[in-house]
Amino acid sequence: MGPIGENEFFFLMQGLRWTVLLAIVGFIGGGIFGILIALLRTSKTKVARTITAGYISVFQGTPLLMQLFVVYYGVALLGFEVNAWIAVAIAFTLHASAFLGEIWRGSIEAVPKGQTEAANALGLHYVSRMKDVILPQALKISMPATIGFLVQLIKGTSLAAIVGFIELTRAGYIISNQTYRPLLVFGIVGAIYFIICWPLSYAGSGLEKRMAKAAR
Amino acid sequence: MLNSANDQPTLISLEDVQKWYGAFHALKSISLSVRKGEKIVLCGPSGSGKSTLIRCINALETIEDGKIVVEGQALDGSTKSVDAIRREVGMVFQSFNLFPHMTVLQNCTLAPMRVRGTSHTDAERLARKYLERVRILDQAEKYPAQLSGGQQQRVAIARALCMEPKVMLFDEPTSALDPEMVKEVLDTMIGLARDGMTMICVTHEMGFARQVADRVIFMASGEIVEEAEPEVFFKSPKHERTKTFLGEILAHH
Repeated sequence: MGPIGENEFFFLMQGLRWTVLLAIVGFIGGGIFGILIALLRTSKTKVARTITAGYISVFQGTPLLMQLFVVYYGVALLGFEVNAWIAVAIAFTLHASAFLGEIWRGSIEAVPKGQTEAANALGLHYVSRMKDVILPQALKISMPATIGFLVQLIKGTSLAAIVGFIELTRAGYIISNQTYRPLLVFGIVGAIYFIICWPLSYAGSGLEKRMAKAAR
Repeated sequence: MLNSANDQPTLISLEDVQKWYGAFHALKSISLSVRKGEKIVLCGPSGSGKSTLIRCINALETIEDGKIVVEGQALDGSTKSVDAIRREVGMVFQSFNLFPHMTVLQNCTLAPMRVRGTSHTDAERLARKYLERVRILDQAEKYPAQLSGGQQQRVAIARALCMEPKVMLFDEPTSALDPEMVKEVLDTMIGLARDGMTMICVTHEMGFARQVADRVIFMASGEIVEEAEPEVFFKSPKHERTKTFLGEILAHH
């Protein structure tokens, strides 16, 4: 058994950096495309609705691990040279956009119909109607679920290890192999995840309670 | 009657309008013309199509057949015609439908800025003018949820007025209000009528109809059953259904 000292801890922190970076990339990429998915999913055009519904079903119905595999090796098979970063960024973006798109679709539909009617009666066009009236309200409605998904995404980044990322979980695995102290190492790794995720979950449920109160 | 609008040009005309919801015939061959400055009260039992009728005028509902013309612009389903008509037609809803995430002032400035391209300063000046007119300027910085129902509805009226419409449609504007708040909204509407606004109001407030309306139109089962000046309408309704309806409504009040 080896000691767990400064070096080991530093190594874990480097892993944590990747975990956070991956989650941020997935959340931002997924957020941008997720809005698009949600808007198409709620559009008047049936083709757009059907296609996005299919997209959501595929990415919600398959494991993230498999999605990472397919993007990482699939893109290479198509003859493109991609580094792991780009492949993983694409995979997380696709994955997150499907989930966020579906969450936000629900929120957009939860905004009372009278809001759209009032905006229409005032002559507001689609862009203003969405940007100024519907989306701000939908975003508020979606906050608890969005935060919940962010927590899932942070934990899901551990799967990026499969294509060679030494993120937090993978870093823990390596340290554990070096020191033969799996319980201690993964205890620390788990605590780090918890320190990041718990405040988010707490904020999410707090928001939910506040909104339930406001709705009464 | 506040004024005689007989010599005024026609602002809205509906010709043989047909509206279906699936197999339900909601509007049966409705023809109606409204002159500039006219105030019309639409009444009738629930499900008679009166709300549907005014919602067709600003294209919140589509029609299956017939013709709707507002200020010379025919509603042909094109975005251009819908835009043109919505610029001239303001609407007030039963449930106010104010934007809850915006202040009263922002509620009023949004459409002029986005639709008419009014500058922020001008839009605010306009908003303050109309908020003053509905006597609620002191609440301009508040959010809708902080206001009473009557205040919210007055803000909704001001919001519609900020687009400086030629016609105002009211869809049961006092039905969702507590009784003590009905008057403040009706007074606002009476004020508007006095200033010469063309108005079509779906309402069961018969006192308002008596005081303001040039014509009262009674609808049932998607048809215009009877229309007359308020004097005639209330004193000597011709149709049996009108009599029954009036009996119920007036007994209720």
